[in-house]
Amino acid sequence: MEAKDSEGQTGLAALGLGEAPEETPEEGPRRIEARLSPSDRLYRVVASGGAGITLLIIVLIGIFLFLEALPAFQTAGFGFFTTQRWDPDAATPEFGVAAMMFGTAVTAVVAMLVTVPLAIATAVFINEYAPRAARAALTSLVDLMAAIPSLIFALWGLFFLVPWLQPIEGWLVEQLGGTLPFMRAIATGSSLFNAGLVVALMCIPITTSIIREVLSQAPRHECEGALALGGTRWGMITTVILPFGRTGIIGGAMLGLGRALGETIAATLILNIRFEIKPQILETGGITVASGIAVEFFDAQKLGLSALMAAGLSLFVVTIVINLLAAVVVERAKAA
Amino acid sequence: MATTRALDAKPAPKPDQPADAARQVPRRRPRAWRWADIGEFAGSAASALLLTWLIFDRLLPFRIQGVAFVVGWYVLTLPVYWLVVRDGHGPVAAKDRLATVLIASGAALALSPIFLVVGYVTVRGLAVVDFGFLTETMELTGPLSEATDGGLLHSLVGTLEQLGIATLIAVPLGVLTAVYLSEIAGPLARPTRLVADAMTALPSIVAGLFIYSLVVIRTGWGFSGFAGSLALTILMLPTVTIAAEQVLRVVPGSLREAALALGSPYWRSVLLVVLPTARAGLATAVILGMARVVGETAPVLLTVGGTNILNTNPFSDYQDNIPLFVFNQIRSSKQTFVDRAWGGALLLLILVLVLFVLARLAGGAGPGGRSRRRKGTAK
Repeated sequence: MEAKDSEGQTGLAALGLGEAPEETPEEGPRRIEARLSPSDRLYRVVASGGAGITLLIIVLIGIFLFLEALPAFQTAGFGFFTTQRWDPDAATPEFGVAAMMFGTAVTAVVAMLVTVPLAIATAVFINEYAPRAARAALTSLVDLMAAIPSLIFALWGLFFLVPWLQPIEGWLVEQLGGTLPFMRAIATGSSLFNAGLVVALMCIPITTSIIREVLSQAPRHECEGALALGGTRWGMITTVILPFGRTGIIGGAMLGLGRALGETIAATLILNIRFEIKPQILETGGITVASGIAVEFFDAQKLGLSALMAAGLSLFVVTIVINLLAAVVVERAKAA
Repeated sequence: MATTRALDAKPAPKPDQPADAARQVPRRRPRAWRWADIGEFAGSAASALLLTWLIFDRLLPFRIQGVAFVVGWYVLTLPVYWLVVRDGHGPVAAKDRLATVLIASGAALALSPIFLVVGYVTVRGLAVVDFGFLTETMELTGPLSEATDGGLLHSLVGTLEQLGIATLIAVPLGVLTAVYLSEIAGPLARPTRLVADAMTALPSIVAGLFIYSLVVIRTGWGFSGFAGSLALTILMLPTVTIAAEQVLRVVPGSLREAALALGSPYWRSVLLVVLPTARAGLATAVILGMARVVGETAPVLLTVGGTNILNTNPFSDYQDNIPLFVFNQIRSSKQTFVDRAWGGALLLLILVLVLFVLARLAGGAGPGGRSRRRKGTAK
């Protein structure tokens, strides 16, 4: 960034030198003045307009969702955040995002618990353990995984991963369900936990690639110093690389979290829709905000639509706050 | 291979080697795996396997599935291996080796789904995809038709049109924003960059909801392919912006200064020097943006409507597209519909892979051919 700015200034100075020959010679530094031609002013306006539209879109999304959601907020009041049921088009409307938010939080937590250790391991493996020749190929593989649509991961999860996991989950429920209340389940399969696992598949690539990028900037001379002092490779990783990349790891995890919160299709396909807060995460049934919108959208009447907008707005606010924080953290980690 | 390994290991004192062999010292490779290391690991794994069998088949009162057996085997291998290495090389080396095993298996676990996904989709999809799958629509296909009847021509046309329109809107806007961020860097630059970063993870369903309320309802336009393209544009914009800005930043400042020193105004230096220098990278940015949105389901679910009939006009009436086709078919209870969904998924996967490879090829050329020289050092 700094280097870029100074280059821009040299450009300005070069232009100013060419344009100001008739200035009266005085003592002290010459005042350099670069006036923009009309065409350049137009170019600045157009380019600023482009940036302005990008900014405007996000503001518009917020304003529009808020306007559309207003009737729902007025009807439900503060109960919108505490009610579990979703019945906005009934004669006495009763609806709220509590169950949706709970489901979103559970899937996101499960996804993060899987994603973060695996992403750190993969990033460290690619940077420090993989043979030099395989490094580029593995990085491409992570990028490719990021490019695969979430719909395809969701299909695979629904037809391959969940049936594959079901016997293990059944066994766990049988063994532990008696002692641990949150492990109880009447039926397993279409549960928040499984949805979270499938969502993790979509978070792993983005988190890995950010963590890998930050960790690869760890100062090489300090790594070599650690090795030269007789440290093992693992010692070098724990004392130099991971402390250096701590903020990057947090930022990458938060960007992955943003993905997890907004994921729609995996939850829609895998979950058995139930508007209910329940701590038994292995039990079939649940809902997330995004999948709730996708499922209820086609049956929604006037107030129902407004209520969906309100749910969308809450999701929007949560993800934007998390992503803004993550963007700031990652920016700082890269600058460090 | 085996002989070189053996040569490398020579300086380690071996009782059967003559003493003068150490006189000419071959290069030491401290990171290379020696046969003894591999033997230690293989031995630990084998003993853990037997231990697992002993515990689960003989000692515990219940049997477990194959998957759980493998998990148990893996969990038992770790302490056994740790004990073996600790006995031979001390606790520090044991910790290091254990960490190596954990990290390598973590990476394998994280990257293995991609092979499984691609393989599974290919196997299930190839059963359905034939020429007719690409040239027929679902208009005349009912629940009693064969899985190979019908096709997704209507969805393919919808995807291409919506993706094309989204690209036409998002690319100029994204490149313009990138030019602002990189070349002008005015007061809007910092908030714009933050917003673009935050928008990359904007929930796609929220983008769909926004376009639904603004275009489909407020303007009374109704469901249309164009509404879908607008939703995709919102999702594509930040990807294109960020990728393009990174490319523009790499353009050497000396080129800009040379253009300005020759008396060109800023806009000409950007249009005729900076952008053409970065065109390969810009192409990559565009393709990355397309790959990002081609598989998006949630926003088009709310905006294009979905239909079984071919509609080539994206500006009015319901359209379909491939993710929507897959999503609608997979939720059917008829096996033939589910089979067709896998065909659609395979086609989608192929589209994404083609875009990905194109992005790699375009990016390989690099700005101004500089990257061919840099290839050895960068990345």
